[in-house]
Formats: sequence, C-alpha cells, structure tokens
Amino acid sequence: MDPLTATPTPTSDPKDPIMAATLELDLAVSTLREVNARLHDPDLGADDVVVTHPAGRHSVAVGLNRPMTVTVKGHVGYYAAGMNQSADVVVEGNVGVGVAENMMSGSVWVKGSASQSAGATAHGGLLVVEGDAAARCGISMKGVDIVVGGSIGHMSAFMAQAGRLVVRGDAGDALGDSIYEARIYVRGTVASLGADCVAKEMRPEHHEELATLLKSAGYEDDDTHAYTRYGSARSLYHFHVDNTSAY
Amino acid sequence: MTQYRTQPRTSATFDPATIAEIQRAADTGIYDIRGWGAKRALPHFDDLLFLGASMSRYPLEGYRERCGTDVVLGDRHAKYPLHLETPVTIAGMSFGALSGRAKAALGRGASEVGTSTTTGDGGMTPEERSQSKHLVYQYLPSRYGMNPDHLRQADAIEVVLGQGAKPGGGGMLLGQKITERVAQMRTLPQGVDQRSASRHPDWTGPDDLTIKIGELREITDWEKPVYVKVGATRTYYDVKLAVHAGADVVVVDGMQGGTAATQEVFIEHVGIPTLAAIPQAVQALQELGVHRKVQLIVSGGIRTGADVAKAMALGADAVAIGTAALVALGDNDPRWQADYEALGTSAGAYDDFQEGRDPAGITTQDPELQQRLDPVEGGRRLANYLRVLTMEAQTIARACGKAHLQHLEPEDLVAITIEAAAMARVPLAGTSWVPGQTAGGSW
Repeated sequence: MDPLTATPTPTSDPKDPIMAATLELDLAVSTLREVNARLHDPDLGADDVVVTHPAGRHSVAVGLNRPMTVTVKGHVGYYAAGMNQSADVVVEGNVGVGVAENMMSGSVWVKGSASQSAGATAHGGLLVVEGDAAARCGISMKGVDIVVGGSIGHMSAFMAQAGRLVVRGDAGDALGDSIYEARIYVRGTVASLGADCVAKEMRPEHHEELATLLKSAGYEDDDTHAYTRYGSARSLYHFHVDNTSAY
Repeated sequence: MTQYRTQPRTSATFDPATIAEIQRAADTGIYDIRGWGAKRALPHFDDLLFLGASMSRYPLEGYRERCGTDVVLGDRHAKYPLHLETPVTIAGMSFGALSGRAKAALGRGASEVGTSTTTGDGGMTPEERSQSKHLVYQYLPSRYGMNPDHLRQADAIEVVLGQGAKPGGGGMLLGQKITERVAQMRTLPQGVDQRSASRHPDWTGPDDLTIKIGELREITDWEKPVYVKVGATRTYYDVKLAVHAGADVVVVDGMQGGTAATQEVFIEHVGIPTLAAIPQAVQALQELGVHRKVQLIVSGGIRTGADVAKAMALGADAVAIGTAALVALGDNDPRWQADYEALGTSAGAYDDFQEGRDPAGITTQDPELQQRLDPVEGGRRLANYLRVLTMEAQTIARACGKAHLQHLEPEDLVAITIEAAAMARVPLAGTSWVPGQTAGGSW
C-alpha cells in the first residue's frame, strides 16, 4: 500500500465518528517532498502522524502550520520542524543543526540531543531537548521557550532578544553574548558570560516562571533555588565610545 | 609695489574633508556613520560606450519595431517564477530604515510598471504586501520579523548574505528610528541602537546554505524562486557557490549600492565596484553552464537607462535600484533645501539616513516628517522614472539592432578608460585591447 495515499488508520473505536486517526508516512518509501507535502495538506485527514525511517534527513516536518501531532521515529538532520506553527512535533532521536529554527508556536520535543543553533531565532512555542544541545543554542531567540535537560555549548543565547532558556546542566563559553531581553536560567556552571550578560537576582516571579517552564518540560521536581538567572546588563544598548572594547 | 606671497595650499592627501574628519573623530571618539553608498569616484558604467549600428549592424526603427523588455526570474526550480515587464527591479530596503509610506510608494510605483519590490531587515508590512504585485521577501541574518506566513505570501525569497555597501557587515538602525512599531516588529526594546547580525544564525558555509535553501523550498512547497544576494567582493567564487547551493537567481550588489546606515569606512573601503563584479559573475555562470538559466540581477549605482543597458550587455538579466528609487520618490529634493541646511548639509548631499530626520520624509519614522511623502504621488514619480529607464535602455538596444534588451551583449560595448576596459573585459575604444585578457594590437 502506498503510504502517501493511504487513508488514516483508526487507532481508537472505529464506531466513533470523531475518532483520532493516525497516519504513517514512511521516508523509506516516500520522498521528503512527498512527506512534507502531505503534512502541509489541510485535507490530510489526520491530526496524528508518525513519520518513520527519517534516517538523518534534513528538513523533516518543516513549515507545519496547523494543530497536529507529528512523531518522528528516529534521528533527523538539519532544521527538523523548522518554522513550526501550532503543531506538536516529537523526535524520538537526535536532531541536527537548527531544530525548530524560527518556530512561531506549538512545540518541538527532542528525546535525544541537539546539534548547533537549536531554536535559533524562534519567536514562540516550546522547544524541549532532553539531552544536550551544542553551540549557539537559542541564538537570536525572539520569544521561544527552550528547556534543555542536559548542557549547552558555547555562544548560546547570542543576541537573544526575547523568551526564556532553561538549562538543567552546564553552559559553555560566552553565554548570552550581546543579549537583549531574553532570560536565561542555568542550574550548573557557566564557563563564561558573553558581553553585557550578567547574573541577576532570582525574585519570586522568576522562581514561579522557572517552575512553570520546568513543569512544561516534565522536570517539575527540580528545585528552582538551584538555578541562577542571567540576562542583559543593558550597557550596550546604545553606541558609546566608552564601550569600544566590548564591541 | 606688488607683494608676492605664497598662496595657501591644501594637501591632496590631507584635503579639507580629511582634516575635518580627523578633527571630528578626535572630538567625538566615534566613527562616522551615514547612509547612501560609496561616494568616491570609481570606474563605472559611464566609462563604457555602446557601438551603435551602422554598416556592419542593422539598427531597429526607434518607434516602430518592437524591443522586448520582459524577464522571467527563477524558472530553474520554482513552480511559480516571476515574470516581470521590465528588468528594472526595486532593491531590498526595510520598513524601519524607510517609512511605511515610502515602502507603500515603492510598491505602488513598481506594480504600476510590472516589476518587483523587495522587503528588508524587519519583515513584511501589510501595506507593502498589499501595494506590491511582485514582492521579494528577504531572508536576512538577523531574522527580524521573520515569519513563515510572510514567506508563503511572498512571490520570491531572497537569502541575503551581504550587500555592496557593507559586504561582511550586518545592518544597523539607530535608536531614533526604533519606534514602538519598528521595535515590536523586530522584537527589540524601543529606542535601542540595533545591531543586526552579519552571519546567519543557523548555517555557515556553502554546504549548509544548500540545506537551508532546501528547507525554504520545502516550507514553501517549491513554489517560490530563491534568490541569493551577495555584496560584490570575491564575486566569481561567491556566484559559483550560490549556484551550487541551489539559487534560482543570484543578486550581485556592487560597492556603489546604498545602505540606510553603516560606518563610512565600511562604505568606502570594502567591496569592489559594480563594473568589476559583473564579468566575474557572468564568467562563473557561463563556466557552470547556467548563464540565462540562473538569472543574474545586478545592483549598485544604476541611474539611467544607459546603465541598465550596459549591465545587461555585460550579461545581467535584470538590475535593481535602491538609491535612485528613493531619489525618484523625492529624496534630496531641492524644495527642502532650507531643511537640509538646518541639518548642516544640502539637497544632493544628504546621507544621514540613520538620524531619522529626513526632510523628504522617506528615511524616517517621524510621524510629521513622514506626511511629506504622499505614497500615491511618490508611486507615480517612481513609475515615471522606471518607464524612463526602460525606454532609455530600449533606445540603446534598438540602436544596437536588438529586438530585446536581453540580446545586448559585451560585443556592443567599448571602454574609454583602461581601468574600465580591464574590469568590464571589453576593448578600449578604438583598439582590440582588453587589458588582462588579450595582448592587443592593430586591427
């Protein structure tokens, strides 16, 4: 049976007219173009899709723009779930560069680890990486919430403009370099802070915010008092000759 | 009795402008920031001439025989390539750098003559989309205002790696222009001096760009042409890499190309002239066997129909104008001379676009100044100007015996300076000498 023309497979009571239906799209037999075209099709006929045999392909499940659930069974390459809007995507594996880049809404949940630039420039939604995330995690983030179960690499949250980045492990060098109004919470050590990024007081609203973020990612047992908040000192917001060495 | 005295003599090296700049730098401790493009004299299209038809070539009748001007852009991979009625397009300029009314005027003028306009850093505004028949959406390193809905609403996507005024540099928008609306579109605090990134945040190098273009195509279901824009530097290599990465269209912007704000030292000392870049780009496309298949858009100092014709004769498929389009709207108009003088400049020399106090109401977010530009009138003026450019180019093409602007060829050109002959790779007028290419000699 052609997986691209297959009708959705009922996964609950077939007598129920509003049943949830699951559709399987197999990248071992269909091209990436065919799979993404189906995922973009408003008449897909399924709100729950499983993508199998991704085999490290790039741009899997990119440009989704309606509420739906997509589970990717395996490792993927660059830009998985890029520019996601409204969909909830789970990757049961590791992801390459730029997972959920420029996400607008919805969620992307990575069961493994992520390469560079996870959540880059994302405007909204929730990105969870259960493992580690490499360099530039949250670079230029513009409103997304990112929760990383492990550690993150260097230059993370570079020029981060808005949103929240939570790291349960450690952060690499130059965290939050040239950061604007994003907030960063790190439980472990920070190798070094970037220009204009400073440690800040954890006020009650920050504990509350962090607890909510941790809970949304399934880490509700973490003690928020073990975390440190980082953000902008706002000293580089305007060009000034005294700041020359920082530019 | 006559007294002979030594006349005061200024230095050619330390001329008055140089001395004034040293004094200004010493006083303020900050580099000069301005808009516009390179202002120094450079080898340019003015240094080329056309060989009109006579005995050995037949001209076309100027007012009777058709000379086509249309161009198709992006038919290599895209389901819906752009089909423009004139090869003169409007270059990327941001809402933020320009007022919303100026962007609307650009859209009106371009649409009236069937050409495209382009967004800029900061995203797509509804006014711009609604007024532009063909709208190219820039995909920039900053990703300010980057929205997949806008990507899908666009008619083409332009991945920007750099621009001629500042190859290797990111954008800049000073606090005066970061109004509430601009700040909201860019997710920035109001009033900050915005520093745009110079590198894309989620890819580095040509192999990554291949994957990035693949993603953009997947997101837009392979419908839109994908352009790659580079500032002119190592143009031969950049164009080859852009083609390998999958570009449908390559945009090459020479150092005369304008900017809304950048360091003066950057504008005048980084990049190469447009004239030097075009033959490099064409050579790269020809060697890959994709000249005329991957289209070449050239920008940076296009002012007249002669410039359009010369760029196309050298191998461009289309051109883009930015500075000239703003001038057509009313930038540097003498009727605002008193206001220019109040800013310490004059009509024709105003380039402090970064300050947001543009007397013509174009490069500003000031609510009162903006009212000085009527988008309908501005659009009409731009359409007039675009028609003149097109007709001028047709006039030259017919004189060279060409029934379409794209039939113009390097063989139609000679250069009047050795520098221009070497850069453009056409013979010095009256000789067969192409410096750097041929040994020359008599006919």
